[in-house]
Amino acid sequence: MKDNTKLRSVVNILLKEVGIGVVLLVLFIAFSLGAPHFFSVNNISNIFTQISINTVIAVGMTFVILLGGIDLSVGSVLALCSIIAGKALTNPNLSLPVSILSAIFFSVLIGMTAGLINGMISEKWKIHSFIVTLGMLNIARGLALQISGSKTIFNFPAVFNKFGTITFMGILPAIFIIALVLVILGTVILRQTVFGRMIFAIGNNEESVRLSGHNVKLYKVLAYVICGGTVGIATIMYMLRMSIASPILGVGFELNAIAAVVIGGTSMSGGKGSLIGTFLGAGIMGVLNNGLLLIGMGDFARQIVTGMIIILAVILDTYRTKFSAKLSAA
Amino acid sequence: MVSGSNKIEQKKDSRGSDKNIIELNNISLMFPGVKALDSVDLLIKEGEVHILLGENGAGKSSLVKTLCGVNKLTSGSILFDGKPYDPHTPLDAIKHGIRVVYQEFNLLPYLSIAENIFFESLPRKAGFVDYKCLYAESRELMDRVGLNKFSPQTLVEDLGVAQMQLVEIAKALSGESRVLILDEPTATLMPAEIDNLFELILKLKAQNVSIIYISHRLNEIFRIGDSVTVLRNGQLVGTQKAEELDIPTIVKMMVGRTMESEYPFDESVKPSAPLLRVENLVYKGNPHGKSFVLRKGEILGIAGLVGSGRTETMRALFGADIKESGKIFLNDLELNINSPKDAVKSGICLLTEDRKEQGLVLEMSCVENTTITNLKGVSTIGFLDKSLEKAATDKQINEMNIKTPSIHQKTLHLSGGNQQKLLIGKWLYRDSEVFIFDEPTRGIDVGAKYEIYLLLWKLAAMGRGIIMVSSDLPELIGVCHRIAVFSDGKITGVLDREDFDPERILSLSYKEYLNS
Repeated sequence: MKDNTKLRSVVNILLKEVGIGVVLLVLFIAFSLGAPHFFSVNNISNIFTQISINTVIAVGMTFVILLGGIDLSVGSVLALCSIIAGKALTNPNLSLPVSILSAIFFSVLIGMTAGLINGMISEKWKIHSFIVTLGMLNIARGLALQISGSKTIFNFPAVFNKFGTITFMGILPAIFIIALVLVILGTVILRQTVFGRMIFAIGNNEESVRLSGHNVKLYKVLAYVICGGTVGIATIMYMLRMSIASPILGVGFELNAIAAVVIGGTSMSGGKGSLIGTFLGAGIMGVLNNGLLLIGMGDFARQIVTGMIIILAVILDTYRTKFSAKLSAA
Repeated sequence: MVSGSNKIEQKKDSRGSDKNIIELNNISLMFPGVKALDSVDLLIKEGEVHILLGENGAGKSSLVKTLCGVNKLTSGSILFDGKPYDPHTPLDAIKHGIRVVYQEFNLLPYLSIAENIFFESLPRKAGFVDYKCLYAESRELMDRVGLNKFSPQTLVEDLGVAQMQLVEIAKALSGESRVLILDEPTATLMPAEIDNLFELILKLKAQNVSIIYISHRLNEIFRIGDSVTVLRNGQLVGTQKAEELDIPTIVKMMVGRTMESEYPFDESVKPSAPLLRVENLVYKGNPHGKSFVLRKGEILGIAGLVGSGRTETMRALFGADIKESGKIFLNDLELNINSPKDAVKSGICLLTEDRKEQGLVLEMSCVENTTITNLKGVSTIGFLDKSLEKAATDKQINEMNIKTPSIHQKTLHLSGGNQQKLLIGKWLYRDSEVFIFDEPTRGIDVGAKYEIYLLLWKLAAMGRGIIMVSSDLPELIGVCHRIAVFSDGKITGVLDREDFDPERILSLSYKEYLNS
């Protein structure tokens, strides 16, 4: 009987984590067969680069969505972070290492501060984070435009730009490695720490956790701070890759991140999900975009197909949930 | 004793015909593991006010829900107006003219009175709402129930509780209603509003509408009641004419005579020094200060009707809800409790009555639910140690005798009794000085109940202080050292074990309601 439960839980985990991986694999094989130049070291490395930034933002977004919240401000906050980091990076009074370090420091700090404000306002006045972060979306964008005088910043130090192009073993870009590290780190936090346990428990039943003697608000605010922090990191990655900082960066990034999280099987009402799923979700979006482009599909049609895939993935997920519930109830 | 009853008393004579509108023949209603109604016979006459009485859980709501098509009968039959009546949905009941006004109103606050009254079937003309007709018909109904001072266009959110209730009654009368069921209609009304309501009830009675009236306020029986039916444990105790009854007789009928000795009481466990002292605790929404003392090794029972402030007091004590004022001392040290976290840190825990919504995280496993009360104990610098978690959970599962295929099973799939035991286990894992149990045995089977009683005694023997809120009077009498009785937000008495007497406890429970 024990073996049986073990087998069941293995099947369950497979369904949970790998179900979405199968979708990714199918897409990958299909494009490898059908799309010219898709299955090549260069192109795969390209996909890695393309999904890195979305992956990192989606990692933070997963924490927030696991609590039943949402953060719509990530794209605008990214623009704001980039302006501040760009100013630090191009400040002639700073030495090279100091300018790079302060760019990273301020980018992460500003991201976390935006998250702190989002979390505190939404907890203090019990306003849904959809509204609070919608406000922050406008505020951060406005601030970025104001501070930059709506000008793009470039001419970053050469070393900085160079790091953005480093690729290990010809296939693993440096910024993709940053993304991988964050996925792994995030998974450890969610699965192995008290904080992670609290995130899942609060997402499932906030009142029960509160009555078990925990400071629920603190944990919730921390999740928004983490989300902001990942935006700060994603900002630096974006600047490494594109070598610019601009107040109009990141438009629509929040939707891509949310899509990756949801495709990855995380429930919008909270309490259920994983970062591996999120990572695979970002992968699906990246492979789709890349593959459809290579088979010559136009911008407009690509948007339509991507939209349909998002909805389809979530429909599939409801079947998976039903099936795995049946399995564990049996 | 009762104000303003004279003029109503005179009208009471206009008794309706002797025709039966509803006949319940030997009806039973089973839920898994519980017999909610057990072979009940009942006759409701046309144009009478029939009072339904019983303790919490006696079967009153089950009976009402059966009549209005929410519950499906397990056996027995119902006749309505002489014809077989077998409602499958609430709509069936409405079609027959059986309408219920529940304690919790079912109104749409941002719509007008008229729209609320006719919400189920708005008068229409060519697909549009016929407002002229709507307002005219509403006017008529509103005058009938005494809402003549208001315009049909008034929004419901602008009304007081008494007027909202009248809107509900008007809504119930909007079809051709023949039986009106009122569930605790006076619970939130002022004396003058109650007088108005009673006049309306007598007026409806004169129009040959039958009224089934549920209330905890025994004095009301003699103001409006024609017949009284008492239920106990899902069984019919009896139906009698109101004028043949008095309050002591009714209380005796509700409590019953026998008290089974199915409760462990250990004479060797003696309460010692005071442990928890609560002084003038005031929770939000009730002005009365409540004070009591809990000793080490003592099981203090809290009796009272649902809504008498028992749960609210315990939640304020635990910091789950806002406490307006009052002092709490543990071992003579004053505690400053503003949140459940403060209470848990000080050594007080609360096991909520609603284990599914507030007790367990149902989507998570036994392990995750057990260790949640003390994650520090199974982690180092914030990292969880799964083997410590497993050991802690195994221990509670063994000690509490919880039946589950695996400790990783979601608590959702456990039975009610096992869920309750796990809820207790999670707090035992943390250990506290004061354990507050709110309805720990509600909805679980006899065997699991007994295990929980034994556990309470074990905790008492270890010198912990235990508070048990319960609506099950025999249980409180069987298990507790002392019982504090709540009535309408006040503590009306604290009895020692040698003074336990069901009738006395019940009359203390009703004390504040009788004065109103």
